[in-house]
Amino acid sequence: MKNNNLKGWLYLLPAILFLGAFLVYPLIDVLIYSFEESFNFASQSSTGIGGFNYSYVLHDPYFLKALRNTFILVAVTVPLSTMIALFISVALSSVKKLRELFQTVYFLPYVTNTLAVGLVFMILFKQTPYSDGLINVILGVFGMSPVDFIGGPYWAKMLVLCVYTVWIVMPFKILILTGSLASVDNTYYNAAKVDGTSRFRVFRRITLPMISPTLFYLIITGFIGAFKAYSDAVALFGTQLNAAEMNTIVGYIYDMLYGSSGGYPSYASAAAIILFCIVLTITCINLLVSKKHVHYS
Amino acid sequence: MKVTLQNVTKKYPSRNKKQPSEVIAVKDFSLEIEDGALIGLLGPSGCGKSTTLNLLSGLQKPTEGRIFFGEDDVTDLPAENRGVGLVFQNYALYPHLTVKQNITFPLENRRGKDKLTRKQMDEMALETARLVQIDQLMDRKPSELSGGQQQRVAIARALVKKPRILLLDEPLSNLDARLRLQTREEIRRIQRSTGVTTVFVTHDQDEAMSISDLIVVMKDGVVHQIGKPQEVYDQPADLFVAKFLGTPPINMFDGNVRDGVLYIGEQAVQRQLSLPDGKVDVAIRPEGFTVNNSGAFTCDLDRIEVMGRDISIVSTHPDSLGECIRSIVSADSIKELSGAKVSFDLKPSKVHIFEKDSGKRLY
Repeated sequence: MKNNNLKGWLYLLPAILFLGAFLVYPLIDVLIYSFEESFNFASQSSTGIGGFNYSYVLHDPYFLKALRNTFILVAVTVPLSTMIALFISVALSSVKKLRELFQTVYFLPYVTNTLAVGLVFMILFKQTPYSDGLINVILGVFGMSPVDFIGGPYWAKMLVLCVYTVWIVMPFKILILTGSLASVDNTYYNAAKVDGTSRFRVFRRITLPMISPTLFYLIITGFIGAFKAYSDAVALFGTQLNAAEMNTIVGYIYDMLYGSSGGYPSYASAAAIILFCIVLTITCINLLVSKKHVHYS
Repeated sequence: MKVTLQNVTKKYPSRNKKQPSEVIAVKDFSLEIEDGALIGLLGPSGCGKSTTLNLLSGLQKPTEGRIFFGEDDVTDLPAENRGVGLVFQNYALYPHLTVKQNITFPLENRRGKDKLTRKQMDEMALETARLVQIDQLMDRKPSELSGGQQQRVAIARALVKKPRILLLDEPLSNLDARLRLQTREEIRRIQRSTGVTTVFVTHDQDEAMSISDLIVVMKDGVVHQIGKPQEVYDQPADLFVAKFLGTPPINMFDGNVRDGVLYIGEQAVQRQLSLPDGKVDVAIRPEGFTVNNSGAFTCDLDRIEVMGRDISIVSTHPDSLGECIRSIVSADSIKELSGAKVSFDLKPSKVHIFEKDSGKRLY
């Protein structure tokens, strides 16, 4: 038995070392940094220990702005992208002709580079001295005045960011959901059919519960992914996100470390820990809610 | 409810593009099922019995022919409007719903004037659950039930809506041997007490023989024989039916008819036949032999298997078409066995003669 134990640990060793060095140690380190006031990388020294960093970050208008942006982004894109993806997946599953073609088309954004997609969105939305952008041209057809989506009002920029995020996260969800839908045993549908079940009821009472573990997985990872949003905003608005009012929490952490106003690892650490707590809380809530609604077979 | 199938044919388009011939799953199937009868569709896998069941349920549409429930032509009626109860081979119980929710599921589908109150549904579910004796398990999930219990739930779900006919697809194949015996009696009991016309599909002859009022023997989409179980066993219509029914299987021989006498090899085993001369296939049921040292039919004794009440004599014969000949005789006969040979008298009713090419029964 003892011998076995030793062997077990030996097998686990590579993973433990790797995770320890690159996950657990940095995590603890960040936690320590976040409580050390005015930590200096060069001298590896700080002026004291306390909650000052947190207090600073939580009173920093840029952080509050980033927090607000991130929450809006999460609240809008996670439900929206999941619902649209579910809708498309169900539609895809009931199509027979050209199904594989559609699946490929819907999956394309996933294999496309974020920054390249960002460029395309810029072309679609950006106003330049020479062009109003494709979207504005279309809006013009309906008699609406052009809006500067990239450099204009806050709501317009937020709209673009949300549309962009929904668009970029959708392919993965569609891929996973179509797989999950295909794995539902057809006899359940036959059984329901023989019993004269309406299509809507089949979806609500059979399909949804059957794919609920997948759906739940997508919602959790969707939340986490949206809270960590950064590259999407950069792709659209460039690196000066504070100036563009479009910063996110991760963007704020980056700026605190490396940005033009950077060099504050303590503040960055505190912000990172705050983000960690938010994600942890949301995930726990998700898990609690899921107990009631997710059916594992 | 009387059920009638009229010349029903089901063809599937070929999947192989190079050979665009259609696959015929069911060919020209006609059958009239009396109200309240229990019909067993019997045949080897791929014989079209499940397709027939699907045609009855409406999950598939026949290529040709009509299907009637009573006087109604239901051929073009989709499954949801036919009012059939279908029990799937794997039961298809909804895993996320409790037993009770599974049983009430079909009732909740009713809309308009047929809509039931929750109380009515619960009452109907409980009544049906009592019938199949699962009323103690109403709050369990299917995964917490044994195979036999799951099957009862599936039957209850099919019965609760008072179906016009009940269809069972291989109802016993997922159960162990003991439970299978018990459950087939149970199916018979439930069917009797509800009086619902029932069609079930099986590849197991014991199952079909023991509980059906009528069995339909199928092969390659063609109906070979329709009849009462004993009738089909005693008077098989053709070679396939004779071979398919019976355990141990029927013994096959090359035979010859000359001047009204049946010969196996040079041994005259049966006389006074009004058959034309020529080569024939002879099939003899294992119970068609009686040991008699001066009997007409002599084989080389291989071994004896003792089964208690009976013994099984395994012997060989040069004209046997099988590997060995298996005959079941009473245990007393063991006294008469000695030496390397064994001689039998044959019971005329257990000997069947078939035409060589067509397989049709001549005698």
